Amino acid sequence: MLASTPRLRAILLRVAQSVPVVVGVVVISFLLTRALPGDPAVYFAGVTADAESIEQTRVAMGLDKPLMQQFFIYVGDLLQGDLGQSLSSGRSVAEDLAKRLPASLELTLTALILAIVIAVPLGVLAATRPGTWVDHLCRVIVTAGVSLPTFFTGILLIYIFYYLLGIAPSPLGRLDFIYLDPDHVTGFYLIDAALMGDWETWRGAAKQLILPASTLALFTLAPIARMTRAAMLTALSSDFIRTARAAGLSNRTVLYRYAFRNALLPVVTTLGMVFSFALGANVLVEKVFAWPGIGSYAVEALVVSDYAAVQGFVLAMALLFVALNLVIDLLYTAIDPRIGFSSK
Amino acid sequence: MKMTKQTSRRNFLKMGAASASVLPFLRAMPAAAQGSDTLVVVSGQTINSLDLHRSGTSRASYQVGVNCYDRLVSFGTKEAIGGGYSFDYSVIEPELAESWTVSDDGLTLTFKLKPDATFWDGRKVTAADVKWSFDRAVSVGGFPSVQMKAGGFERPDQFEAIDDETFVIKLDFPSKLSIPDLAVPVPYIINSVEALANATEDDPWALEYLHTVAAGSGAYKVARWTPGEQLVYERNDDWVGGPMPALKRVVVREVPSPATRRALVERGDVQIAFDIPDKDAAELAETLDVFSTPVVNCMFCLCPNFAFEPFKDADVRKALAYAIPYEDIFQAAAYGRGQPLWGGEEEITDIAWPRKSQYYTDIEKAKEHMAKSGYADGFAVPLSISLDLVSWMEPTALLIQEALGQIGITVEIEKIPGANWRTASLVEKRLPLHLETFGGWLDTPDYYFFWAYQDGHLFNSSNYRNEEIEELTNATLHMPTDDPEYAPKLKRMFEIVLDELPRIPLYQPALNVAANGADGYEFWFHRQLDIRPLKSV
Repeated sequence: MLASTPRLRAILLRVAQSVPVVVGVVVISFLLTRALPGDPAVYFAGVTADAESIEQTRVAMGLDKPLMQQFFIYVGDLLQGDLGQSLSSGRSVAEDLAKRLPASLELTLTALILAIVIAVPLGVLAATRPGTWVDHLCRVIVTAGVSLPTFFTGILLIYIFYYLLGIAPSPLGRLDFIYLDPDHVTGFYLIDAALMGDWETWRGAAKQLILPASTLALFTLAPIARMTRAAMLTALSSDFIRTARAAGLSNRTVLYRYAFRNALLPVVTTLGMVFSFALGANVLVEKVFAWPGIGSYAVEALVVSDYAAVQGFVLAMALLFVALNLVIDLLYTAIDPRIGFSSK
Repeated sequence: MKMTKQTSRRNFLKMGAASASVLPFLRAMPAAAQGSDTLVVVSGQTINSLDLHRSGTSRASYQVGVNCYDRLVSFGTKEAIGGGYSFDYSVIEPELAESWTVSDDGLTLTFKLKPDATFWDGRKVTAADVKWSFDRAVSVGGFPSVQMKAGGFERPDQFEAIDDETFVIKLDFPSKLSIPDLAVPVPYIINSVEALANATEDDPWALEYLHTVAAGSGAYKVARWTPGEQLVYERNDDWVGGPMPALKRVVVREVPSPATRRALVERGDVQIAFDIPDKDAAELAETLDVFSTPVVNCMFCLCPNFAFEPFKDADVRKALAYAIPYEDIFQAAAYGRGQPLWGGEEEITDIAWPRKSQYYTDIEKAKEHMAKSGYADGFAVPLSISLDLVSWMEPTALLIQEALGQIGITVEIEKIPGANWRTASLVEKRLPLHLETFGGWLDTPDYYFFWAYQDGHLFNSSNYRNEEIEELTNATLHMPTDDPEYAPKLKRMFEIVLDELPRIPLYQPALNVAANGADGYEFWFHRQLDIRPLKSV
């Protein structure tokens, strides 16, 4: 059975390979958070806390125990799926992540889709018409995209579309205050609202997404367009394209079936990379648009030495990237059958 | 209060139906027709709990204690410097208590509760609830217990419920701080029956339950709370604690970016932007209503630490005080918002605090003091600031660095991350020269001295100790303000600390609030928004 599905076995093997990575992340994130400057007991004891109440807080937080013991308590809780209690938000970390991770993912994925929809055709056009205005346009957008910091683009977009023109909705997070969150299914407002058939909320959520997603898309567009253009140029100058053209295949077939498909591989690799730094760039976009995502959560937690929250965040991110790499590997084989798991 | 998600959703939509259909068109409507029963507030701070007594509760969460719970008494209201209104420390008003008496020896406080006061679930507020709530505040430890202690409330056996409407507090010593301390956000009255029904053996004070559910008798209930996003208040129409609020609903939305908050209030999509930066306040004041209320009992200071050799020298400290470019700092760091605390009279005639120091910028005088000191050749010192407070600390530090360079003191600015700042500056008190701020909730000078000038106390980050100050502070802390000895003692205290300078006053900061379509703003010492007096305009 297993032998007949080498791909399944290979996937299981890859998942198994990621276990040590996750264990490593658990240990390192635990140690790193302890190395953070600042004493959480002092912070959480409050404004006018005296030595006695700081000590009470320390005991209540379990910070008086030796490091090893704290670690084993943490791992024990983790095995039961308990990520601990965030002190700054006052809720369980798992609950916070479940609420905030979809917010960030919805924003990042929307931005990424927006970026792909613009960047890939732009890159293809630029590659097929080198030196023309399309090529120049591509270059200008790419340069602008990489050189404008996201918080600047964000504030600029708010200033123009919200403040001056008044066509964008108030930059008040995922939904304007007149709407209510859709019932939690996936945590993605667009999907949840659609599932409920609540199209008014759906439109509300979509409107709120436009500006922050555009900000992020502008930032992620550049590497995708550049990579598409370069990969297309390489593919178009390859021998097999010359052969295909010589064989009299139509321009369209040559371009899309042969050249584009071959150019996709580096583009997918770039996508994986872009996704990871888009999640990073999220932090600033989330701040500007009051987006209740994971980036602002992690920064807030770091500032106040909120151990459980930082650890939970690092762990969630690690799992996300392990999963992402797996998906990208699988995409490779779908795009290029020559890359098989069986050969490994 | 705890509803299932479905019903809360339906109720919310129902109660908001009228305004929900109107709000999207607000911009196009005449001001008078705007949803006058709903107000939107934006703030940069996170409300992380509905229970102030819990350890780890953020400052922003104190507003829930103020708006959703009642205390026995409250402060009065007066017109404020900088527009709007402010609490009046000199007037104590009833909130849940109808009346109170103080025994002749000042040791027994007897409160009569309002007979018609009810919790949100309809149950009558009884003295037993008051006792349970006070027991909780003095027992949970941490900040609430410290704050209770300031009024002389330390142990549950000091509180007694005589009957349903009579509550008695027995003090160990009479203190002028006792009754005002009952008006701060900490001693609020919780529905003890509801709380106890949700308490467990491990959690006898229902800290877990009240963390996410408010159970009070206050002017507003919590309709919805999404941590990190928003809190929706809904009016309690049965409130008897004070005049009925005008607004039915107030939405407090969290917006971290100050630029976004500013755009929102300027456009009029939100009616109040709370706690905005001084720069925005200065600029918005031309087009919107901006209230910049000097924060009572609060000073921004430069603190030379007595544990470090150069600052043991009185002349070095005076040199610092004459070298500081006060006016430039006030303009660059505060954009002229707040109150100057320099260039005052040397002679102390009144007991107002914070007061202007007798120092002013005079580099020649500063050089003279340096020459007289044991450090005529100057010295090098780090000036520490907190990364959390860079908006005022950084420009201030840069200007001080430049000025001190002129009198031979080489200053290197050291930025400390916010999480570490409290530990370094207040707990370990190990920063040689640093910027600092403290504001006392109870607005008497002696209370400020207790925290900031007495040896070993938290905000005395300069390691200052003066025997006379120790004695005078202890003597005045609980003394009634009309005691004939009070004023002379305070004047002596002012004289000493302004001469010895463990804290060099810079200016009194302001709390800035911009309003566009709202009125009735009232400043409170806890620096959180009291939504009860607000109105739409």
